[in-house]
Amino acid sequence: MAAPFLELRDLKIHFPTDDGLVKSVDGLSFSLERGKTLGIVGESGSGKSVTSLGILGLHNKRNARVSGEIVLDGTDIVTASPESVRKMRGQKMAMIFQDPLSAMHPYYTVGVQIIEAYRVHNNVSKSVARKHAIEMLNRVGIPQAARRVDDYPHQFSGGMRQRAMIAMALSCDPELLIADEPTTALDVTVQAQILDLMRDLQKEFNSALIIITHDLGVVAELADDVLVMYGGKGIEYGSAITTFEGPQHPYTWGLLGSMPRLDQGVSARLLPISGTPPSLINVPTGCAFHPRCAYEPLTGGRGKTEVPELVNAGGGHLVRCHLSVSERQRIWAEEIKPKLEAGA
Amino acid sequence: MLIVVSMVTFAIFFLVPRWAGGSAESLAARYVGRTADEAEIAAAAERLGFNDPIYVQYWDWLKGIFAGSTYDIGPGPEHCPAPCFGYSFISRTPVWPELLDRMPVTFSLALGAAVLWLISGVAVGVLSALRRGTIFDRAAMGIALAGVSLPIFFTGLMALAIFSYKLNITAPGGSYTPIEENPAQWAYDLLLPWITLAFLFSAAYARLTRAGMLETMSEDYVRTARAKGLPERTVITKHGLRAALTPIVTIFGLDVGLLLGGAVLTETTFSLPGLGKYAIDAIATNDLPKILGVVMLTAFFVVFANLIVDLLYAVVDPRVRLT
Repeated sequence: MAAPFLELRDLKIHFPTDDGLVKSVDGLSFSLERGKTLGIVGESGSGKSVTSLGILGLHNKRNARVSGEIVLDGTDIVTASPESVRKMRGQKMAMIFQDPLSAMHPYYTVGVQIIEAYRVHNNVSKSVARKHAIEMLNRVGIPQAARRVDDYPHQFSGGMRQRAMIAMALSCDPELLIADEPTTALDVTVQAQILDLMRDLQKEFNSALIIITHDLGVVAELADDVLVMYGGKGIEYGSAITTFEGPQHPYTWGLLGSMPRLDQGVSARLLPISGTPPSLINVPTGCAFHPRCAYEPLTGGRGKTEVPELVNAGGGHLVRCHLSVSERQRIWAEEIKPKLEAGA
Repeated sequence: MLIVVSMVTFAIFFLVPRWAGGSAESLAARYVGRTADEAEIAAAAERLGFNDPIYVQYWDWLKGIFAGSTYDIGPGPEHCPAPCFGYSFISRTPVWPELLDRMPVTFSLALGAAVLWLISGVAVGVLSALRRGTIFDRAAMGIALAGVSLPIFFTGLMALAIFSYKLNITAPGGSYTPIEENPAQWAYDLLLPWITLAFLFSAAYARLTRAGMLETMSEDYVRTARAKGLPERTVITKHGLRAALTPIVTIFGLDVGLLLGGAVLTETTFSLPGLGKYAIDAIATNDLPKILGVVMLTAFFVVFANLIVDLLYAVVDPRVRLT
């Protein structure tokens, strides 16, 4: 079997600070094929964004300690020279950022910024690049692209800006596209359009897509695979279908319970996860989730002392939990699922 | 705007002496000579309009700027052609030609120094920001702190003592050669004043640039620029520095405007016959019309520089542009 297009092996990104070592990403592994979509889910501070920046080699190099491997199409980004990683950025891998207003330079027109992205990697004249920029803007559904190419980002609406951002990211036809909370800053109606657009473009370009979000709805909509992160570690990893139909980690249950659902009426209450996300400096001993986990007593104390391994729970569905597979399946089927469906 | 400026300057120079207790006669006494008797002084005060209401005096003075005016202070009337920025009763000359005479000196000094400090200040600021926390950064910021704090008559005199008198490599001050006569000599004469003046300003600009760069380099759009795969050089200059320059353009315009009206301390320290030196000499002899002329001119440059800065803003930052 050929090596996967993108593979992370035991990636660690640590930041030494005055208060201690911040383990933003702590032993993360996953793989992704061309044309597939991976959704990375987790709370703020779970290491999602640092992971994506790490893949692009954009993490703060001055104070980060990186170990492990990020192999993209045969090149290890962790050990490659900064110059060669720079040449891959934009062309081989590109990124869509969360807030398109602050992510675009306010002093340059949208067109100039796309042209710039295109010309770094393609030796073409300005007019050719400009034609390409207009074409890209057309592709992402910006009306009157030939005129709007000369507008500044602040003259665009939020949805249009994100479209322009996508056009910029796709201008060099990247094989890997990372979208870091691409719809968080947008209106709900616009969110759906952007997600549709990203799905269509992914099919067209056959690129690998990583969507980073805390919105499970987005993941359910787009992703083939799901990776749930907690405290810098992957805690549940599997195909979107198995993960959503039979989630096995108590944290994932909590995430599902925290999602408002329209089909349950106003009386339905959310089931929030108690407690706060862990500090990345003083990660709780044992299972990082144990202080917030309702099922911790069932582990017989192991949850407090022993770090659980990411174990195959059947069919490539990996879960990092001390509970046995049968126990987890029982809890999901008998306790969690009915509650979610009844709206508690 | 200029009207307001003219009113304020006029008020200061014409009203303050009155409030301070000077009568029309005592003002006039300045101009007619010590030997004049009281009747003569009173007549002079009347002729010069010191007894008129304040708005008439202001109007006469303002009219003089555009139409010229005639003063009668002694043996015969003296004409001060437009633009009459005042007439010195002490040297018996109109002020404007003297101002014109001294402008090239001040302009040469201010513009030359401006180029120097803009380049060096911004360059040091950028390097400091990029190497934050290194020895270079600390040293540069330490020197900048000294530059901001040390008065120009100290740095200027030290520079004169070392470079002109000990090492004999720069002009000893006091000389000015017009650029159209001998550009090399012009630059040689002005080199030390330029450096001294630029040192003061570039220190402030380095600090400003450094702060601005630190801010913009952590902006999302700089990360985007890196994500595109742009070379670091382009990221720094085209994306980081470009945004950090906006406040610098503002300050730069105002500073140059102010300096065009005379770099008083620098010109005095190096004995350069510019507007600042002119003002200082006028102050020493209590020659109010000359001082008023310089102040008006300075005010004009500052207002003009403000206007230019406002216009430039739209060029620099597209968000300010009217759509």
